Amino acid sequence: MGYSAFKVIKEGLFGQRGWKPVWRDPDPKPKYDVVVIGGGGHGLSTAYYLAKEHGITNVAVLEKGYIGGGNVGRNTTIVRANYMLPGNSEFYSHSLKLWENMEQDLNYNTMMSQRGVMMLCHSDGQRDLFARRGNSMVNQGDDAELLTPEQVRAEAPMIDFDNVRFPIYGGLMHRRGGTARHDAVAWGYARGADQRGVDLIQNCEVTGIDIEGGVVKGVQTTRGGIRAKKVAIVVAGRSSLVAGMAGMRLPIESHVLQAFVSEGLKPIMPGVISFGMGHFYISQSDKGGLVFGGDLDFYKTYAARGNLPMKEHVMDAAMTLMPSIAKAKVLRSWGGIMDMSPDGSPIIDKTETDGLFLNCGWCYGGFKAVPGSGFSYAHLIATGNHHAPAARYRLDRFRTGVGLMDEEGTGSQHNLH
Amino acid sequence: MRLTCPICGERDRREFYYKGDAIELDRPNQDAGLAAWDDYLHNRDNSAGEIRDLWHHAAGCGAWLIVTRNTLTHAVSRCELVEKDTR
Repeated sequence: MGYSAFKVIKEGLFGQRGWKPVWRDPDPKPKYDVVVIGGGGHGLSTAYYLAKEHGITNVAVLEKGYIGGGNVGRNTTIVRANYMLPGNSEFYSHSLKLWENMEQDLNYNTMMSQRGVMMLCHSDGQRDLFARRGNSMVNQGDDAELLTPEQVRAEAPMIDFDNVRFPIYGGLMHRRGGTARHDAVAWGYARGADQRGVDLIQNCEVTGIDIEGGVVKGVQTTRGGIRAKKVAIVVAGRSSLVAGMAGMRLPIESHVLQAFVSEGLKPIMPGVISFGMGHFYISQSDKGGLVFGGDLDFYKTYAARGNLPMKEHVMDAAMTLMPSIAKAKVLRSWGGIMDMSPDGSPIIDKTETDGLFLNCGWCYGGFKAVPGSGFSYAHLIATGNHHAPAARYRLDRFRTGVGLMDEEGTGSQHNLH
Repeated sequence: MRLTCPICGERDRREFYYKGDAIELDRPNQDAGLAAWDDYLHNRDNSAGEIRDLWHHAAGCGAWLIVTRNTLTHAVSRCELVEKDTR
């Protein structure tokens, strides 16, 4: 289905009654080549790239709720490729290139807006670190500019440059980063997968994974058993529970990350500003709301809501960075459940069960990975080989200690990320 | 969230440092092998429901606590001192 200005005007005149669902609502078939567990951003993009890149269209995506109702609708929509470590650097670089071509590829307006992501530094040491990070981003083929305080002021005059504790020493600007419309990303991939023959099955919770002799045979669901040659788990937030159905114990803890939106304001923010020292980041949506968030609540939980101490901390950080927004009212807040891995980096790998694949551990960085994760996961599922940009996302790196990707330099241990 | 320290009484969550799963008390023997150590250091049940976690009353009496808490509701059902752990 195409969209046009003419259609929008016509529907406006006739009560919006002519719009039709853009994907089917099929019942599950008894058997598929690939069953993808999880209809979030990553699951949908996996199904889309399985069909588009590998011609595998006999695919079902099983979603326990509704499409777009999970973490893909519970994030702060930031897209960037400003990583430094080998493994992460090439992966997010690849993912950003997919973002840049996503709207043309899906023929769907995902409102990808490369308005820039700027990280702030507050000491000489941190500026040196940013110079190094910027160089590795440039070496990877992405963009980075080290900004002087004056250049930061030109970009973002509303922040407090004279804060005694956190004076602005400069910034690292990543102009190709930005934001996208998260719901549209889910819908665009859902429509694209559906058009290529993928069955998107909603309200279908997986209750068991059938394994015989070390080989996966299918899944049990609330809508009956489904046989499958390959089963792909991609359920960040619930990974331990679903993998547990296959007898696995994962190096994952589930934590809640909160985010906030203010009332709509006139444009004040140029792009995304990241105030790392306060664990704070902020951008302004196209509707005018300030979208911002902080750090984890730092205790395991599956409740998609946080506690007040972290809310207070985030508001403190906001006031430290930009007192100018003090009178803006917070409209709403929410929490998303994060798959936290010990080293803070994700996992895209095979498992010890033949035909069973695992994609998890996205920590608080899952949204920007949506296209790259799906692309690389589809490659692994279809070919049995790791896709080069995601080749280091191995499950066994924690056991062996080889290839850990501790981007924050805090150590590979739960409770540090 | 508030936790009831057996020594200090009911206190704000901000007084406590969160360590993680109480599995950390069950340290394997040095010669237990790679799999046991991997399990101890990295792998977690991560259950949805009642779990046992280690918390440190950092801004209080300094005691280590085992807190039994529901990860779906945030309800805290038990706080006991690690040294009194009677499992």
